[in-house]
Amino acid sequence: MSKLYSGAEIVFKCLEDQDVEFIFGYPGGAVLPIYDELKNHSSIKHILVRHEQGAGHAAEGYARSSGKPGVVLVTSGPGATNVVTALTDAYMDSVPLVCISGQVPTHLIGTDAFQECDTTGITRPCTKHNWLVKDIKNLSKTLHEAFKVATTGRPGPVLVDIPKDVQFAKISYSKPKIEKKLNGKSSNNFSQKDIDNLIDLMNKSKKPIFYTGGGVINSGPEASDSLRELVQVTGFPITSTLQGLGAYPGDDNQFLGMLGMHGTYEANNAMHDCDLLINIGARFDDRITGKIDEFSPNSKKIHIDIDPSSINKIIKVDLALVGDVNDVLKSINKTLKSKKIDLKKSNKQKISNWWEQIQKWRTKNSLNFKNSDENIKPQHAVQRLYELTKDKDTFITTEVGQHQMWAAQHYKFNKPNRWMTSGGLGTMGYGLPAAVGVQIAHPKKLVIDIAGEASVLMTMQEMSTAVQYNLPIKIFILNNQYMGMVRQWQELLHEKNYSESYSEALPDFIKLAEAYGCKGIMADKPSELDEKIQEMVQYNGPVIFDCRVDPNENCFPMIPSGKPHNQMILGPSEKEENKITGKGKALV
Amino acid sequence: MSNPKSAYSVSTKKEKSDTHIIVVWVDNEAGVLARVVGLFSGRGYNIESLAVAEVDAKKNISRITIVTTGTPQVIDQIKLQLKKLVPVHKVADFKRNDKSVIFKEMALFKVVGNTNKIKKAINACKKYNAVILDKTKKSNVIQITALRREIDKMSKNLKKFGLVSVSRTGAVAMTRGDKVFN
Repeated sequence: MSKLYSGAEIVFKCLEDQDVEFIFGYPGGAVLPIYDELKNHSSIKHILVRHEQGAGHAAEGYARSSGKPGVVLVTSGPGATNVVTALTDAYMDSVPLVCISGQVPTHLIGTDAFQECDTTGITRPCTKHNWLVKDIKNLSKTLHEAFKVATTGRPGPVLVDIPKDVQFAKISYSKPKIEKKLNGKSSNNFSQKDIDNLIDLMNKSKKPIFYTGGGVINSGPEASDSLRELVQVTGFPITSTLQGLGAYPGDDNQFLGMLGMHGTYEANNAMHDCDLLINIGARFDDRITGKIDEFSPNSKKIHIDIDPSSINKIIKVDLALVGDVNDVLKSINKTLKSKKIDLKKSNKQKISNWWEQIQKWRTKNSLNFKNSDENIKPQHAVQRLYELTKDKDTFITTEVGQHQMWAAQHYKFNKPNRWMTSGGLGTMGYGLPAAVGVQIAHPKKLVIDIAGEASVLMTMQEMSTAVQYNLPIKIFILNNQYMGMVRQWQELLHEKNYSESYSEALPDFIKLAEAYGCKGIMADKPSELDEKIQEMVQYNGPVIFDCRVDPNENCFPMIPSGKPHNQMILGPSEKEENKITGKGKALV
Repeated sequence: MSNPKSAYSVSTKKEKSDTHIIVVWVDNEAGVLARVVGLFSGRGYNIESLAVAEVDAKKNISRITIVTTGTPQVIDQIKLQLKKLVPVHKVADFKRNDKSVIFKEMALFKVVGNTNKIKKAINACKKYNAVILDKTKKSNVIQITALRREIDKMSKNLKKFGLVSVSRTGAVAMTRGDKVFN
């Protein structure tokens, strides 16, 4: 008879067979058998966080920077409920996570036992799928399927809930067999005819634009290479969503910058005026489209996406190619080559007027701001941070708010997987634990969390994790004492009634850093900024950098809510004439 | 759109809503109905009626029939979102006025009254495959199978004949002829 393993051993057998190296977790009563087994599996390292939400975000940072699924281990009840925010965040941004949660023993389920909650019920709407494993016979099959569901098709989080008695029960284990494809849920569904149609449209177009998103990143680094090839071969302009930054070099001349609510003037106007819009791995999010009725009114629209339900969800498109971004892009590149179509040459005349128009928009210099000698402007701080770290293959995470947008606008990314930010859910407190996960995946790289002082306080406890594992993450706080984006909206929409958006009591971040056992740095003068940033970068250990910035700065340009792309506010002077009124006020 | 899916899609164009019958084949496992129903409530789609039961005990397959109303775009989304659920095998969609599909609902009526009234009630039900399931001197339980609007009409009409209780199912559907949906 083959050897019998306990459920807890099976969990680790599965993790080993899935080549898992790190688990982010927090122990508790209902997962103790699994924690007891940890010591026998040296290839798997457990990272002890300080709060389960931190475990989830750290696993997200790990997954997004490495391309591998992040694994989370939490206990029942509060352990599971605490991880819900991170699961939802991962679901919105398509990050592959496998969360294993403990559950009360099967005979106690439904009795309101201590630390019991309906974990699969609670996480059903925020996971791709979840399982409650009531029988040890199903455990290994379920765990392997969990990894498959999380990583195939459009990636996302899954959860496996394991009652404590199942962790103790014994059964034999066999390695998983070569798996069949998920019944059509992850496969490509586009034909050569679609590719030919697309190329035909590209040939005819006079005002084309590529609009790329996180799907390019999720498709793997090769997809970024394919994208670069396509963009260079066609000579078309390209803009990217928040999540897609890094897929195409941010400092290239064909790149128009980020689009959307806080995107550049040239990117948004090009989206509005184009005659051919090629969406590659983006989902027409409302931050991108602005007013739907007036979104890119004169264009043929093409959508390349792995998720069929993304097609025609918000914007009706003329041609849809359902498939993995890299497969589609490779197919396009190959066809262009085999047909010897040189769009750059043949289309040069046609699109030269388009590029002229784009250059005109560019002269508006929409990311410009008035710098100051007295106060540190937050945009200036990000620019200096970029200049002083751009040669280092730096990984950036952010929290959510103004600082996030300034980071997206002013930090230029040249490689995929270097930019981790919470876009869909907009989770304040994401960046610090995400930086922990990124640093775990890339121990030798420079990892910076560009943060806001309000956001970072939500998950500040994870500094303790960073210190425990000697993770030299740098928390670069743009401290304006306000929930800046809330304050900005109150200024624009609520007659400057700054209701509860000012933090009257903030900690002394230097002392806080020291209390955690890391280094604290403070800067409040533009003249000392460079030197202090250097000091932060050179310090071998975690740093909290309190960068005191102008508290009244707003994030521009901005498409006011309910307005189309071509009605942007460029700066403070334009606010009055473009006031948000009527229906726009009710939008988020 | 009558059912905007994003705050930004406040549209001036109004698309026509239609009633559709969505048939979903799923693994018969714990929580699968909650997944399907949760998808509808979570995304703001409405359910007019719902019928679910296992149809293949060997393969462990249940068939869920959902009647819903929406614009073509919403109906498309419903189907695509359903197909993404892991335990879902296939999804079929029929318009309610599709002549090639049979739709049926069942209802039980309890009628209490004198023989004369009960007789009238049975008579009224005759054209809807009436079956008497229970009979006493004072009461009758009548089963009919019919379309939704016919049952609506009957439950109204039978009031004057002593209708005291109505129990009805959701719609079930099947294509006519020898074709099977795949």
